[in-house]
Parts: sequence; structure tokens; C-alpha cells
Amino acid sequence: MRLPPGGGRVKLSAADLEMLEGRRGEAARFAMSIIVQMAEVVGADELLTIAQAHLDACALMSQSSLEFIEYLTRHDGRVQVPTTLNMVSLDLDNWRKLRIPRSFGEMATRIAEGYLRLGCIPTWTCAPYQGYLTPRFGQQIAWGESNAIAYANSVLGARTNRYGDYMDVCAALTGRVPKAGLHVPENRRGQVLVRVHDVEPALWHDTAAWAAFGHVLGHLVGSRIPVIHGLPQNASGDQLKALAAAAASAGAVALFHAIGLTPEAPSLNVAFQGGLPQETVDVGSAELASAWADLSDAAGGDRLDALILGCPHFSYAELEALAEVISDLRPERVHPKVQMMVMTNAAAHALAARRGLVETVERFGATVILDTCPFHFPIVRKRTRVVMTNSGKCAYYAPGELGVRVAFGSLRDCIRSATSGTVVLEHFPWKDV
Amino acid sequence: MERRVGSRPVVPAVASGLVVRSQAPLSFWGGVDPETGVIVDRHHDRCGVAIAGCVFVFPEEKGSSTASAVLVELVRNGHAPAALITERTSPILALGAIVASEMYGRTLPVLVLGTRDVTVLENGDHARIALDGTIDVTKAGDL
Repeated sequence: MRLPPGGGRVKLSAADLEMLEGRRGEAARFAMSIIVQMAEVVGADELLTIAQAHLDACALMSQSSLEFIEYLTRHDGRVQVPTTLNMVSLDLDNWRKLRIPRSFGEMATRIAEGYLRLGCIPTWTCAPYQGYLTPRFGQQIAWGESNAIAYANSVLGARTNRYGDYMDVCAALTGRVPKAGLHVPENRRGQVLVRVHDVEPALWHDTAAWAAFGHVLGHLVGSRIPVIHGLPQNASGDQLKALAAAAASAGAVALFHAIGLTPEAPSLNVAFQGGLPQETVDVGSAELASAWADLSDAAGGDRLDALILGCPHFSYAELEALAEVISDLRPERVHPKVQMMVMTNAAAHALAARRGLVETVERFGATVILDTCPFHFPIVRKRTRVVMTNSGKCAYYAPGELGVRVAFGSLRDCIRSATSGTVVLEHFPWKDV
Repeated sequence: MERRVGSRPVVPAVASGLVVRSQAPLSFWGGVDPETGVIVDRHHDRCGVAIAGCVFVFPEEKGSSTASAVLVELVRNGHAPAALITERTSPILALGAIVASEMYGRTLPVLVLGTRDVTVLENGDHARIALDGTIDVTKAGDL
């Protein structure tokens, strides 16, 4: 590995320089050299100190990601701030039981162990904001994972840029990031006004509606900052999670403001920091209907092979809602030809297990999977053709990642499809718009 | 006919290759197969196209923060694009190029070219990129 090109024009502290010059070990030198080069890329003049990090770099299993983490552990890398971990390519406790090939399991285990050796907290989740170490308003953080970035910035009001894999690790190893982008309050000003109107209030009860809206939003704004006016004021964290995940898949949304809902948007004037929108767009039922059509290429009545829930990882409340829908349908169970998977993390799972919710879900015929994601973990059966989900993010990525057709629907329709073995799409009032 | 345009080198390096031009933002994770360099995003206008060894021109990155790790893996296995040109800075892909260069000593240029100049680059053209970001384009018809 080569030496970095000096500090360039970026102002560095004495500690930064020590790292850059290798006086705090090779792992810190490597990390600081990436941070400094990225400061040049984003035009930052100085670095700032972060309070915590969330690493996405553990998610992808590849030869290079293994080489990356093992280079750092071989050189005694240690995180300098409290650091949580995104999902890994494996259900770490149950992969043998799930008949995952040994070579795959062992490589993913090596990657996971590497991140623990850096001193990270084994959260293994793409929804870190619903578990341990939730960041505070105004806190400077360095987060990876697109949905978590959007949620942390928008819903919590913490400050992070869209950090790509390995930048998140370098930030954690040095405790520093370039002072640029969304770390700087002026850059958090709204750019596009999105007015929501003409949507039946009952529609918003299902999180899939929030996902459909997020899909519209991502397409509309790309990487710009939207200010949304007209969303229901009683939105739950899980609904905003669905919005954030879909918007960060269809677009590069790292921050959205929702008037009355998110902390930097008590009013339009505050959200736009006294300025005017570059553009104003109206979104109503017709746009939600076309998002739904864009996310679904399977039709009602098609044979269903798999149901994926928990993208991002299901919270305790979502597991509870799922158990309720299942209980309503009792004694029906998952159709023998359908594989139903529910993704969650150890924290939500532990709470749900204490209430007997995990048992309800498993007795229904679903597999509850921890720590991971079906796009990174070979759990979906071969020859799966049609997948159903209530997640905008999952619906967006499944065709490319799994080579399947997707049905996007409400939680209730997802469960009814799983029991009947064919896609049921009845619960969306906008489907006929 | 040769055309010359100046771009802003976000990650400077020398490269050349055939142009693959797209009108749509792309997430490299979930959008590009990390083993083959083929675009797999069904929602993308160049779905099915292999960008390995090509000068890939598109508006900007979007989506997943795993995109940088996908680019590093493509560099490692030899299926990376020869160069990336976007209309707006794409920091996650720039990061992937920088990390790949640190890890494997192979650098691919990541450039920003304004919306007007980018129209010079069309599918099938040949582009030669210099360290200062200058792009020499040979039009497809002249190859």
C-alpha cells in the first residue's frame, strides 16, 4: 500500500498528523490517508470529530472486503468511537441449521470476527436507530447503510453524510471525517418542496403506503433535500423508516424534512432556512399508484414462492403487528410451497421472544432470521420466481439481486398471499386509480 | 473526428476505453454484479450491459452505501470499468476508487463532466482520459 499524498490543503490536527504519518500504527495511517483523500474529493478544508459510527462495510461478502478487514486487524486497528455494525452476510448463530454452504459461512464468519476485533458492538442490523446507541439531535456521526443514513439525518436530526463502505470504517478508526456536506448546518437546507394532497387518510395506516411514497420521493429528488408538506402528523418511527429506506433506494436521499414530523422542520420557513424551494412538486394518489405499479411486476393470482419481511430489519412493534395479523388468520399457516422469511436483529428478537411473538411467527411457518439480509445471505431457495414484500427497498432491489419478479403489497396482503400460495393484492385502495 | 473536453478529475488517473452512456443514476450495489461488472438493475436504462473495461458515463450515483465495496471488488477481480464519468460528484464511487488504489495499486479515474459537455460522449465512442481530466473522444463512426 502506498503512502498518501501528504495532507494537501486540508488542515490537520496534531493527532491527525500522527495518524497520517504512521506514528499510531498502520491501520490508523491507512484510515487517515483515505479520510484526507476524501476530504479533497468533497472539498473540505478541515476535519471534524465524530461521536459514533455505524459500519456498513461488514455487509458485503467478497474477497476484497475480507482482505480489507484482515489488513486492519493484522495491524491492530481499533475503533476510536462507539461503533455499531450493519448486518453481515450470515445469521451468525443459526447458519448451519439453515443449510448454508460451509465455505460461505466460514468466510462471512471471518469478516464478522474481524469487525469485532476492531472493537465494534455486535448489533448486526440495518436499523441501528431502533436499537442500541441511538444518536442524538445535532450529533456529528459517521454512518453507512443508506436507509440508516436517511433516518439518522431526517428523523433524529443527527448529522452524517452518505458514507460508503470503508469510509465508515476509516471514520471509526480515526474518529474524524471531512467537514462537509450534511455535517454543516447550512447544507441541510431544504431544496425541493413536495406537497402531499389528495391521499385517503386511511391509506397511511399501512407502512407500505409510506414505502410507496418514499419510492416516489427518491425518483423526484435524486440527491436533493426534499421538504414534505402534508404527511399525517401521527407517523410512527416504522413508517418513517419505510419512507427513508424506499427513498434512499430509488434516489440518493440522505436527508428529508417533513413539516411537523422531523426535528429540523417545525415550519416551511425553518426547513428552507428562510430561502425558497428550487422546485415545487405535488404528489397524490395517482403518483402513489404509479409507484406501486413500478415496484410490482407480479400480478394478483400469480404463484408465490417467497415472502420477505423485515427490510429494513423489523422492530419489536413490527413483529407485534405481524403476530396480530397472523393471529387474526388462525388456524391458517404458510402454504407449504411458500418460503416466508422475517429479518430482524438480536435486540428486537429478544424483546419479541419474551412476549411469545417469535413463537407465534415461527409456528405460523415463517423463518425468523437474525443479523442478515436475503440480498447478502443465500437463504432464498433456488428456482424462486415470485417474491412478495411490503418493503419498497426490497421490492426495488429484489429483481436485480435475486432475479425474481416482485409483488409489493400491504402487510395483510403479504400474509394472505403466504397462506394461499398465490399473490393477493386487495388491500391497496389506490390500485385502481 | 476527435473532440476534446476538459473534466474535473475527482480521482485523477489515466485510462481509455469504449463509452457506455446512460441517462439514469445507478447504485453499484444492487445495480451491478460484483463478479462480472454487468448492470443488473431492472429499473436502469442500460440493464444487461457489461461495463467492465468501459468508460461508463451516467448522471450520478444513488442508492446503496455498499457501492464503494462493489467497485473495490470489481477492481480486484478485473471487471471494473476503465473510468467513471458523472455529471455530479459521486463521492461513494470516488471512495471505492481511492480504496482500491490503496489496496491494489490500480487506480481508475473518476471524473465530473458538466451536463453540456457530457453530450459529446455517446455510446460506442472511444475516450482517452489524461491525468488532468482532459478527455479525447473519437466518435464511433471514425473508429
